[in-house]
Amino acid sequence: MKHQPRRERREKLPDPPPGSGPFSEPVPEPGSEKGDPERLYVITGGPDGGDRAALDLVTMVVACSTPSPTVQPEQAAILRLCRAPLSVAEISAYLRLPFSVVTSLLTDLLATELVESRAPIVRAVLPDRSLLEAVMHGLQRL
Amino acid sequence: MDFNGSDTITGPRTEDVLPSTATAAVKVVIVGGFGVGKTTMVGSVSEIRPLTTEETMTQASIGVDDNSRIEGKTATTVAMDFGRISISEQLILYLFGTPGQERFWFLWNGLFEGALGAVVLVDTRRLEVSFDVIGRLEERGVPFVVAVNTFPDAPHHPMEALRHALDLPDEVPMVNCDARQRASSRDVLMTLMHYLHTLAAQRA
Repeated sequence: MKHQPRRERREKLPDPPPGSGPFSEPVPEPGSEKGDPERLYVITGGPDGGDRAALDLVTMVVACSTPSPTVQPEQAAILRLCRAPLSVAEISAYLRLPFSVVTSLLTDLLATELVESRAPIVRAVLPDRSLLEAVMHGLQRL
Repeated sequence: MDFNGSDTITGPRTEDVLPSTATAAVKVVIVGGFGVGKTTMVGSVSEIRPLTTEETMTQASIGVDDNSRIEGKTATTVAMDFGRISISEQLILYLFGTPGQERFWFLWNGLFEGALGAVVLVDTRRLEVSFDVIGRLEERGVPFVVAVNTFPDAPHHPMEALRHALDLPDEVPMVNCDARQRASSRDVLMTLMHYLHTLAAQRA
């Protein structure tokens, strides 16, 4: 390691404002899911359609109905894919559409209650121990 | 793409369809330089064939602070590979592999927001490519572990020498791994979870 350059440790910076970057839709307050696992987040766009629903890459989406002839083909494809729960990232991958396009399509589907979504469990400063224990237990079985 | 025919869209394979109870998701990010084995690691532990999600960004999206230096917008398409592990009937763990280079940092806000933690995958032949990545994680307060992917032709360094070179605090776990092996990659994730658990216990 004689000629190896050495890194210098850095300090934590103040948190950036939420929604300050792409792929960064606002998420519900950290910890708001705690003790309330059944809560569904159905967040709709604004009246002008310009606002997108608060969707993470791992927000789980499930269809509430089968496609009707009135929905766009892309939205019909989402409804078919989401007969079983699927993350936004998986929808993006299977449809080969960018994440931002998928969130836009989902915003309409959420507004018309054709799908429902559930926000991911986020790290609230630090994740709670029972969640981590569940993950460890699951990994152990791999 | 023709969205009218359902035949044109390949959804999950039958065996990859999640049960209707699968409504809780968590994510972990695997970050490192090109060729360090991120996708290999995602693929070795994922229960599904790794998938790819894309986003197109303009360089102006990088940050307000940088706007003064930007003369014209250029579009960049960034692909991220990811995989999935069903932890239980309810809980799904998603793993995202993301490049560590500075030009991809604009992806980080949404990606690390809410992530349980990160695995920094390093190659001892190019240790310095992970310097900035580790610094960014520190700045954002994202807990991480360092996994040294053991390439056959990579020089072997004692872990303490690597810890010194990476200037990592003693409490940050460092492990050797073979990203091609499911058990080894699983153990890296387990190390991260144990570390997060320790941190959570300290704060409790």
